[in-house]
Amino acid sequence: MSDLVILLILLATGYTFGQLAERRHYRSIIKREQMLRDLPVIATKFPPMYKTPPRSFLVTGSVVISVDYFKRFIAALRNLIGGRVTSYESLIDRARREAILRMKEQAVQMGGKMIFNVKLETASISKGAKDRIGSVEVLAYGTALADKQPGHT
Amino acid sequence: MLMTNLEIVPGNRIVKHLGLVQGSSVRAKHIGRDMMAGLKNIFGGELKGYTELLHESREEAIQRMKAQAEAIGANAILNIRFSTSSVAQGAAELFAYGTAVVLE
Repeated sequence: MSDLVILLILLATGYTFGQLAERRHYRSIIKREQMLRDLPVIATKFPPMYKTPPRSFLVTGSVVISVDYFKRFIAALRNLIGGRVTSYESLIDRARREAILRMKEQAVQMGGKMIFNVKLETASISKGAKDRIGSVEVLAYGTALADKQPGHT
Repeated sequence: MLMTNLEIVPGNRIVKHLGLVQGSSVRAKHIGRDMMAGLKNIFGGELKGYTELLHESREEAIQRMKAQAEAIGANAILNIRFSTSSVAQGAAELFAYGTAVVLE
């Protein structure tokens, strides 16, 4: 009986805080995406040719995000019947967008005008404890091009 | 040292190819971070300790790759890629590799 009570408490806290955290995170993602809209992120390998060659440098962004207890519980239930695991979909979406945003922020800081050859990698720092952690690690990287004078934005 | 994950550097000619350079870093998380992550598991959200760990080990892998490239006399690394693999329970390897070249 007490086990059930603990489970219910965990589910309730997970649901409340998880939803709050997710909503707050999505708001911040959308706001920052609006702010950084002017910086194009392009997946092509070949930048356009310039008369005056730009500076180029590597930019990276990474994030580790975990799901809450409630969502993991739902995902475990979903495993029984199969189908879309929506609770993990939003997790991965948040992680990817956050990683790209951090990469863009770094590029802006260093005076980048656009980012080329963007690669997304799902990293695995906590792979050994994957079942217990239920988190996702995303690394985004690319090459930023900037004007020749350093610090110029 | 110029580092890029493009295959060319706009406006620069490659004088000499020096082959592959690589750097890696194996990190384990410590128990305090593990416990914090365990708590965060209930509430959900970013695991800042792990983000930091990922960042640190990536930086270290890049530094090692850079040192190797400097040792063979390169002044740029092109086509950099990152890769991760888990070598043991609870430890992970971050691996960076690229082509060392001499630019004009």
